[in-house]
Amino acid sequence: MTDQVGANEAAAAQVCSFLQRRREQIAQRWADASLFRTVFTLSREEAVEACKAVVDALADVALSGRPEDIAAPAFGTVRDQLGRMAASRARAGFTPAQISEEVAALRAPVVELLRGEFTDSSEATAQEGVLALTVLMGSLRLVVMETALSAGEELIARQRLQLLEVATPVIKLWEGIVAVPLIGTLDSARSQVVMESLLEAIVAQRAQYAILDITGVPTVDSLVAQHLMKTVAAARLMGAECIVSGIRPAIAQTIVHLGIDLGTILTRAGLADALAYALAQQGIEVSAHRMARASTR
Amino acid sequence: MNRAAAGHPLAVPVLALGDVLLVTLQGELHDGMAEQLQQDIAQRIARSTVSGVVIDISGVDIVDSFLGRVLSDIAAGARLMAVRTVLVGMRPAVAITMVELGLTLPGLVTALDTERALDMLATAPQLAAVSVPAERKEARDAGLP
Amino acid sequence: MPASRDVTAARVAIGSDTDLAWVRQQVRQAAAGLGFSLVQQTKLITAASELARNTLIHGGGGYMEITPCPQGTAPGLRLSFVDSGPGIRNVEQAMADGYTSGGGLGLGLSGAKRLVHEFLLDTCPGRGTTVTITAWATVVPSARPEAT
Repeated sequence: MTDQVGANEAAAAQVCSFLQRRREQIAQRWADASLFRTVFTLSREEAVEACKAVVDALADVALSGRPEDIAAPAFGTVRDQLGRMAASRARAGFTPAQISEEVAALRAPVVELLRGEFTDSSEATAQEGVLALTVLMGSLRLVVMETALSAGEELIARQRLQLLEVATPVIKLWEGIVAVPLIGTLDSARSQVVMESLLEAIVAQRAQYAILDITGVPTVDSLVAQHLMKTVAAARLMGAECIVSGIRPAIAQTIVHLGIDLGTILTRAGLADALAYALAQQGIEVSAHRMARASTR
Repeated sequence: MNRAAAGHPLAVPVLALGDVLLVTLQGELHDGMAEQLQQDIAQRIARSTVSGVVIDISGVDIVDSFLGRVLSDIAAGARLMAVRTVLVGMRPAVAITMVELGLTLPGLVTALDTERALDMLATAPQLAAVSVPAERKEARDAGLP
Repeated sequence: MPASRDVTAARVAIGSDTDLAWVRQQVRQAAAGLGFSLVQQTKLITAASELARNTLIHGGGGYMEITPCPQGTAPGLRLSFVDSGPGIRNVEQAMADGYTSGGGLGLGLSGAKRLVHEFLLDTCPGRGTTVTITAWATVVPSARPEAT
């Protein structure tokens, strides 16, 4: 057992010294690999430098004697670089699996170099060395994979935020009247975005009336109701009046059932009713008579 | 325009626009300044014919419970002397924070900007008092000749 | 990502209402430097103003300690309001909405709690009160120019 550990450590140390010695050659070979070449398009020199940084990190990991440790601090130093590469590949439409394949392709040139060193050495030492290097390259592959996945998560989070904004357009219905037609489930984050964009629109449009239309909202729980009430209260503080429209019978029942008091909130059956109310409050009359008269004239 | 008048560091200027008092709050407001303002407005109302007070807070970054109380007190004090107060120009971030804090300033009439506040004060009092809770409105109406 | 300036830990004395304005300014500067949104900044400054006033009025003065406190990738700020005043006898009552002993609206503690992510009240009658609040900024990443 102790012998085995000793042998492993010897192999790791061997790999470390190999990586340090052949740093330049490895970097030159890797710079032409698709992973580096496609990311560092500006100059080959830049790619070579990036490769050297990765080689240095691998040497450090090998020196620690634990080539299988993907949490090794040495990997941390190249995580940024790896992250940039992975993100660039992901943007180019590569899946994490494909990126992983590209990293795997880096193994062959190094192993070849290492084998070349062992022509005189005993078979066992060569095997140990190659094995240690393989484990090390496997760890690198995992680290890149992990970085690629977390980059994907960041992308999803960013898109989710963009979607939040896209999904809540504030529309100017009339001079001084803005409306948000809410569609889909309202969670806490989205309610916050709705509240902020509606209040911003009130200022920007100098809107005295703001309509929150919840026709497209499938369910209203106490949290959503609370957010609606907060939005109404905030609008009132700013000097605008909020009207909630489109409360469907099922939702009305839920609200009553939950014991939520929407009594202080101005409600209307539909968006049109809410608009008619806001227009009437501003002294604007929508009349069918005038139209009829105009057509008979 | 009103900013130029705010030059004095220790007191908030109270401008008279016809029979309406116009107050513009700016930036950092020390507690002492807010309390001084409350007294100044009360004195101005007592001294001259004032029909309304407009407080512009569009330049105020935060309203905490202290400033909220001062604003409510100014309005309540003015109301006792049959003068209406309109709070204008609250920023969205301030409004959101006040609601979360639990400060909804019931009884305070609000407007989007000074222009609308002046319109509200000029038109029928019933219309301007829409947001005033019923019992307060009755009390105020009873006080009017 | 908004450029986040370095925010270092600092201590601000609370001894007069001028200091309250200073507290608000310090918190604004730190929160803005860490990339808090305008609404997030306003909430944190308002909470700080409430608690600093408590420190001044109920605690007879003290200080605020401001410390950056990131959580994962989200930048955060931790503010501690420390006094060695009489302490709070009935914490439950003090935390209730509308309870006041200082002539305010009684929203100080309970209101401040609603404005932040974490709220910790440590008090001992006769020995003082420390209120620690923490808020984290939800960073809205800016759209990448190369994304199509």
